[in-house]
Amino acid sequence: MFQVPNMQFALPEMFLLGMACVILLLVAFTGVRRVEWVYGLSQLTLLSTALIIFWSIGDGGLTFADTYVKDSLSDLLKLSICLVNVLVLLYSSAYLKARQLMQGEFYVLAIFATLGMLIMVSAYHFLTLYLGLELLSLCLYAMVAMQRDSAVATEAAMKYFILGAIASGMLLYGMSIIYGITGSLALGEVAAAVSMSTGNETILSFGLVFLIIGIGFKFGAVPFHMWLPDVYHGAPTAMTLFIAAAPKIAAFAMLVRLLVEGLIDLHSHWQDMLIMLAVLSMIVGNVVAIAQTNLKRMLAYSTISHVGFLLMGVLSGTQEGFAASLFYTLIYALMTLGAFGMILLLSRQGYEAENIEDFKGLSRKQPWFALMMMILMFSMAGIPPLAGFYAKLLVIKSVIDVDLLSVAIVAVITSVIGAFYYLRVIKVMYFDKPLVEHTVTASSLVQIILSANILMVLGLGLFPGMLMKICSIVFV
Amino acid sequence: MLADLPLLSLVIWLPILGGVIAILIGDERPILKPFALAIATLTMLLSFGLYIGFDNTTYQMQFVERHSWIETFAINYHLGVDGFSMPLIILTTISTLLVVVAAWEVIKDRLSQYLAAFLIMEGLMLAVFSALDAILFYVFFEAMLIPLFLVIGIWGGPNRVYATIKFFLYTFFGSVFLLVALLYLRHVSDSFAILDFHNVGLSLKEQTWLLLAFLIAFAVKVPMWPVHTWLPDAHVEAPTGGSVILAAITLKIGGYGFLRFALPIAPDASLVLDWFIISLSLIAIVYIGFVALAQSDLKKLIAYSSIAHMGFVTLGLFIIFRIFANASTGTGAVLAIEGAMVQMISHGFISAAMFLAVGVLYDRMHTREISAYGGVVNTMPVFAAFAVFFAMANAGLPGTSGFVGEFMVILAAFQANFWFAFLAATTLILGAAYTLWMVKRVFYGEVANQEVAALKDINRREFAMLASLAVIVLFIGVWPDPLLDVMHASVEHLLTQVSQSKL
Repeated sequence: MFQVPNMQFALPEMFLLGMACVILLLVAFTGVRRVEWVYGLSQLTLLSTALIIFWSIGDGGLTFADTYVKDSLSDLLKLSICLVNVLVLLYSSAYLKARQLMQGEFYVLAIFATLGMLIMVSAYHFLTLYLGLELLSLCLYAMVAMQRDSAVATEAAMKYFILGAIASGMLLYGMSIIYGITGSLALGEVAAAVSMSTGNETILSFGLVFLIIGIGFKFGAVPFHMWLPDVYHGAPTAMTLFIAAAPKIAAFAMLVRLLVEGLIDLHSHWQDMLIMLAVLSMIVGNVVAIAQTNLKRMLAYSTISHVGFLLMGVLSGTQEGFAASLFYTLIYALMTLGAFGMILLLSRQGYEAENIEDFKGLSRKQPWFALMMMILMFSMAGIPPLAGFYAKLLVIKSVIDVDLLSVAIVAVITSVIGAFYYLRVIKVMYFDKPLVEHTVTASSLVQIILSANILMVLGLGLFPGMLMKICSIVFV
Repeated sequence: MLADLPLLSLVIWLPILGGVIAILIGDERPILKPFALAIATLTMLLSFGLYIGFDNTTYQMQFVERHSWIETFAINYHLGVDGFSMPLIILTTISTLLVVVAAWEVIKDRLSQYLAAFLIMEGLMLAVFSALDAILFYVFFEAMLIPLFLVIGIWGGPNRVYATIKFFLYTFFGSVFLLVALLYLRHVSDSFAILDFHNVGLSLKEQTWLLLAFLIAFAVKVPMWPVHTWLPDAHVEAPTGGSVILAAITLKIGGYGFLRFALPIAPDASLVLDWFIISLSLIAIVYIGFVALAQSDLKKLIAYSSIAHMGFVTLGLFIIFRIFANASTGTGAVLAIEGAMVQMISHGFISAAMFLAVGVLYDRMHTREISAYGGVVNTMPVFAAFAVFFAMANAGLPGTSGFVGEFMVILAAFQANFWFAFLAATTLILGAAYTLWMVKRVFYGEVANQEVAALKDINRREFAMLASLAVIVLFIGVWPDPLLDVMHASVEHLLTQVSQSKL
């Protein structure tokens, strides 16, 4: 019998889709003349979506024939994705305008990408998940390629597209193998079938390998990280910020939906694989970052190492571990917003503040923003009392609690290695003489919001209890 | 009345808040210096309240404050002091006041940030000494690195960047193992309270790993040979205030860590591995003593002498097991631990004084090379008197605080093993040799050159600074009882903890 699905659970996505179409039409009819309207409408859309999500917090369940889920995890992640993207659009607007990149298409792509992320977060079915993932990825490929004249950006887009397509293929292949064994694509049924079935573990773990490759690629975990430095470096900084921040939250959702909600019975199998990914990511990310002179590239390798840390919580297989990873993901998004926001802030017409050298002597001319950047760098290095420390603390605690001491020791040693390149940024800002005149042309709104964003890293370092509580409630 | 005030929170947060306000005041306004001085003085006076209100008869934590901080993981804002931490807190507040005074006319560049860094640093160090929750301890233990990193990097000498990054990475490397150890202890004891860690039963293997983790963390801080190499670099490049704080307090955090964590948590492993730490300590005392003899840079010489003197602290803490084995009474062990504590406090004041004295010379001559000086006594007689006094104290002259700690440890060492005492006692010769030779070359003899001839003697500010330290050093040297009394109960308690096997 046909049942009318509970549409309410997908209200934010439907609203976002509707608005995306409106924005698309607006762009089509006004062209480049009214790009400020497009920008304003996009911000409004994202904020309203966030409000809708906020209002609907609480009730939840499955809908659309059990392919779609609304739970507290999806509420929290969707809310963060929308708010993060609001900040992304805000920080990047001046940068885009100065480079004639502020075109309606960017905003259309951004809104559709956000829609893709929301779908990924709520997916409870292999195909829904794939749909969301592809919607997100295709928007990102196009975004990277938007700066048509730049050879670096085009190269980055090509790399991203080809490797991304391979990864998607891997993911689909893994899904199909698991479908072959369990006879279902819905995560709930897959989980039930896996826990019932015996003797199929080899084939299931064979499918699992491909799933993990797909996840690893989307996160940028070693050895599937090759695209990440090139894309971060090659794409215009505004696009880099977009790729670096919210999609990682969506990738976390994908990780949790697939491995925790779908295949928790294969925990002993995927734990080993994730340990490999985590350890390699932490080592490669932190060591290679030392050799970078370009700040965007350095942050790319730093992202790889953060991904390694983030995976540690999930691989522990405990509720506490998942909560720790969630906390890490959110803090990571906050720090990344701040770091790329700083690059965007110091960039201006014809000048990209993207080399580490460009920050030389920043504390002389811009003591406030040098302080902000220092907070970010110490936080990324995991020095208390900043939020990044608690993120690392929780994931390390979760692996120690399941007696994986060796992973914890690798983590702390690599974080010492990592401290070096973060310190180098502080060194050039505080101990060196300025090379260029640092001016900040951004509007005071951007300056205030960016400062608030970064001060939140300090605030969450002094009082991390609240967010930790939220994260652990989500996984109970 | 004193008992009602959250005195510990006050002494911790007052300077931190004062530091933030100092940055807001900025370099230009004349109120900056009096403000920083007032904050540092007030903090010091408040910390005296801890001494006055302290109950000598109990080993229990006093002035305890406990509030929930991170509920999800039962991490508390849990403070308290006992006989070990209280004297170190007073040492910290006095040293910081001196650093503020020392910066008065000397620091020209970004003074507000300089003062702020030291005030914030003070609050963080006080919090380290009074934290009773493992995560709270670790947060402050690590946060301390940030201001010190900036102080050396911004106001340091020509090679400051190398020195400060080396300092940061060295100590960061040490402390991450502490974090793993603390998380492991939480895993075993299901609590983050340090005092709960003391009571948890651990196998010898667990204890050994934990002790090694503590050793890496605290040995770097102390610093023990062979992980001491960051210290001479950091000292040489740091501005005077940075050197004072490094030598007077951050090194003590290493010793304090052994007292608070290593000995009570891993007594059996300490018993098994005491030969290792005793050897490192004796190497520090003898070998580093010789190294100090060869230095041509004033600050480097004092830095190496610090390492040698801190060797006494670790020696005193870890010979207790040999004393237990040899003697039926526990008095020797009490002597050893108390000697180590006195040595920490005394070295704090003496090294602070030595670095301040070098600072006085450096401000005038802008060199630390011993060979650039000679005959300073002719132009700066008052200063020379102080400097010679502190040098004597550094060499362990009876009547100064430097003698008390070393003597107690050497005396205790005799009950452990004659050769330990013999080797430790060589410091009385070596220490005298490198300090007095330095004094001879810098202060006595003919006036070496035009610059020395043009030197002006110390002004009132510098006089006050050095005189107050001289009084303290003399006071502890002549009458150490006020210091020993407060720690006695805690020492006894530590020895009972250590003598009970956890296996």
